[in-house]
Amino acid sequence: MSVFIPPNIPCGAEDGETADAVEFDFGMDRRQFVEILGAGLLFVASLETAQAQARGGRGGGGRLATRLHIGRDGKITVMTGKIEMGQGARTELTQAAAEELRVPPESVQMIMADTGLTPDDGITAGSRTTPSTVPAVRQAAAAARELFMRTAANKWGVEIAALKLENGQVTHPPSGRSMTYADLAASGEAEKLLQERPPGDVQVTPVSQWRVMGRSLPKVNRQALVTGAHTYPSDLRRPGMLYGKVLRPPSFGAHLLSVDLEPARKLEGVVAVQDGSFVGVAAPNTWLAEQALKAVEATARWEPSPHPSSREIYDYLRQRAQGGVPPNPFEDEAAQAAHRHKATYHVAYVQHAPMETRTALAEWKDGKLTVWTGTQAPFGYHAELSRVFRLSNENVRVVVPDFGGGFGGKHTAEAAIEAARLAQAAGKPVLIQWTREEEFTWAYFRPAAVIDVEATLDAEGRLTTWHFVNINSGAAAVDTPYRINKARSRHVGSNSPLRQGSYRTLAATANNFAREAFMDEMAARAGRDPLEFRLAHLENERIRAVLLEATKRFNWQERFRQKIPNTGVGLACGTEKNSVVAACVEIGVDPTLQTITVKRVCEVFECGAIVNPDNLLAQVQSCILMGLGPALREEMQFLNGKMRNANFSKYPVPRFADVPEMEIHLLNRPDLPSAGGGETPIIAIAPAIANAVYHATGRRVRAMPIRLAEAQPA
Amino acid sequence: MATDFSLMVNGRRHTVNTEPLRPLLHVLREDLGLTGTKYGCGEGQCGACTVLMDGRREHSCLIPVKDAVGHEITTIEGLAENGRLHPVQQIFLEEGAMQCGYCTSGMIMATVALLRQNPSASREEIVAWMNPHICRCCGYPRILQAVQRAVTEHRKKT
Repeated sequence: MSVFIPPNIPCGAEDGETADAVEFDFGMDRRQFVEILGAGLLFVASLETAQAQARGGRGGGGRLATRLHIGRDGKITVMTGKIEMGQGARTELTQAAAEELRVPPESVQMIMADTGLTPDDGITAGSRTTPSTVPAVRQAAAAARELFMRTAANKWGVEIAALKLENGQVTHPPSGRSMTYADLAASGEAEKLLQERPPGDVQVTPVSQWRVMGRSLPKVNRQALVTGAHTYPSDLRRPGMLYGKVLRPPSFGAHLLSVDLEPARKLEGVVAVQDGSFVGVAAPNTWLAEQALKAVEATARWEPSPHPSSREIYDYLRQRAQGGVPPNPFEDEAAQAAHRHKATYHVAYVQHAPMETRTALAEWKDGKLTVWTGTQAPFGYHAELSRVFRLSNENVRVVVPDFGGGFGGKHTAEAAIEAARLAQAAGKPVLIQWTREEEFTWAYFRPAAVIDVEATLDAEGRLTTWHFVNINSGAAAVDTPYRINKARSRHVGSNSPLRQGSYRTLAATANNFAREAFMDEMAARAGRDPLEFRLAHLENERIRAVLLEATKRFNWQERFRQKIPNTGVGLACGTEKNSVVAACVEIGVDPTLQTITVKRVCEVFECGAIVNPDNLLAQVQSCILMGLGPALREEMQFLNGKMRNANFSKYPVPRFADVPEMEIHLLNRPDLPSAGGGETPIIAIAPAIANAVYHATGRRVRAMPIRLAEAQPA
Repeated sequence: MATDFSLMVNGRRHTVNTEPLRPLLHVLREDLGLTGTKYGCGEGQCGACTVLMDGRREHSCLIPVKDAVGHEITTIEGLAENGRLHPVQQIFLEEGAMQCGYCTSGMIMATVALLRQNPSASREEIVAWMNPHICRCCGYPRILQAVQRAVTEHRKKT
């Protein structure tokens, strides 16, 4: 039996939220759930959701997956296809379920990202967990709560209005009767009720009545993290498991001519495989696998391929702009304008470098493949494995334990494919954990960008035209939020010589860097304070609010007027993923050492109704600090197809000593839907620093990383 | 050539038969099942593999197993006593000083070593001490807060 709630029904009108459809299902013979969770009530989410389809998930076809299970022991299990990599999704989704079920968060357990068990909630990216999956979980939990209330009312012959639900228990105060979720799961009442009347509109709890959401619930799995007990993908062990290594080309694009596996195969316990260009080894421990790989490497002959160097990369990308670099469509007006200015900005390739490198454990049993791995795209991974190994969907399972960081860098399945190919040959489970050098070299990069901006001012210093072209890195936040009569912003692709992909806010960092740095240049040409100049062109009330708040807290106007030797202040703002940010920074420059030190950051961030203030604060701190890396130092350097700085000693990520004084203010907007907050706070830091360099030196740096030595006359 | 080595880890003696040059990190994780100590870079640049050797912090990725013989090794799994968290673990827990948690073992081991080697560390000394450890989630503010609190509470006790 199954009953659908129609899709996309508005729930919680105050929130302006919509949610995925929920389906109930009872008495299903789903052995796996009974085995794992025991008998009880299953609440099923339809996968025919717009989101799953739009994101290329396996939605459609009426496939169902369980969202919520209430055991006869009262244990509540919530299932989601989202993953946890440190950003706090596990805790936030626990809050969402606990809020709607009216139970303490401790009584909710969350099963995440197991393609054999959980619904496909899309990729964990784009700050989508908060605006999409939190509502989906709330909707299912609210439906369960409503069913619970109706069951009790029906059983006792009383009105729902006369019941109270608290702490997982529904009571009827006049008669003193009570019932728990365990009772609900055990009774046959619920099923009968549903047959009589399917659930209609289910109201989620309005923000004003939140008791669990909106508060700082600590990380639900923190105990396992401080004891070392949590099993990350790289910590998984299976009986008879081998450790795998893969032969990498000596340079990008090099073609394997020949290789001899025999020297490796002579080593005890070693399995060596060649399948086309794939060559790998597996051994009883990592050290032996490394010895086997060295033995293989010594025999490999390669044909190198030409590859540009990082020094010439920006010319390379510009020359290969698809369709050429588009001309300014406002040329006629620009030619007549009172002031006209054009600049080009560069943004380097960077790596995500999560602490846990790409890892996968693959195991074959009876023609079925199970992979445990750290990925942000479990269902995409699943599809990729089915395709590569020509397996039907049912014969693949991807399980994602909470893993060690992603930042947009773990969307692809390469480590799993490698492990699965080796496991197939070895007839044993194989674990592959990439080395740091592999991660720096063979994982995809945040794209480099070449950005041309041209704008004009009228005699009163108002922007009249704006033309913005991002070559190669992407369209995220490419449109200007400023009011300009004639504005055209676009992204054109190029032919990236490095594998490129997502990163925290995708290209929004590059686009916001160029836009906010150029706004500063235009403000200077208009003879205006950068704050006034922005406000004069800014109608978006949310951006104005964070900008005004940040500049007030920073005492911007006075600080900007002051000229202190070798000290500068800068500001920047922006919007992306339905959230807004503004930052003011103070930097020190050392003209002798050519160094920039960020001394103070004041950032204000707003993403609607805050779900977990403490976790959000942690995300904003992280974005600012992580953003300091590509802003000041991080840049992949390559020459002749070889990465020259593929390790932490040559690729200096932010460390403790880089932490500036930080004042962070989170603007709560209970009247707006909750948006994700793990990405957008990164976009303001780099342009604010570039603008501060100008304030300190009178010179512009038009590149990330921002190097004093590259400062150009304004 | 694989050889027998006798290791003292978390107060227990283990005999492992292995190649002498294998890093201690691998032996802990692959032979002894102590996976709380993590691989991060393999070159002593990130601190994820930090363990204590005779109470001092070491990068287990850089120590050949033969050189660990004769020393007392402590890993994250060896800190709690009778199910009671070590005070440093308790403070990291209370301060929420982790995001993905992959660097957390190393951070905690470094803090335990700091309390032993410089129990009255100033703020600047704490930053300098912790600086060899990378947290890519950049949860540095809370980790610093936790280490600072560990130092302060340790001082009160002694």
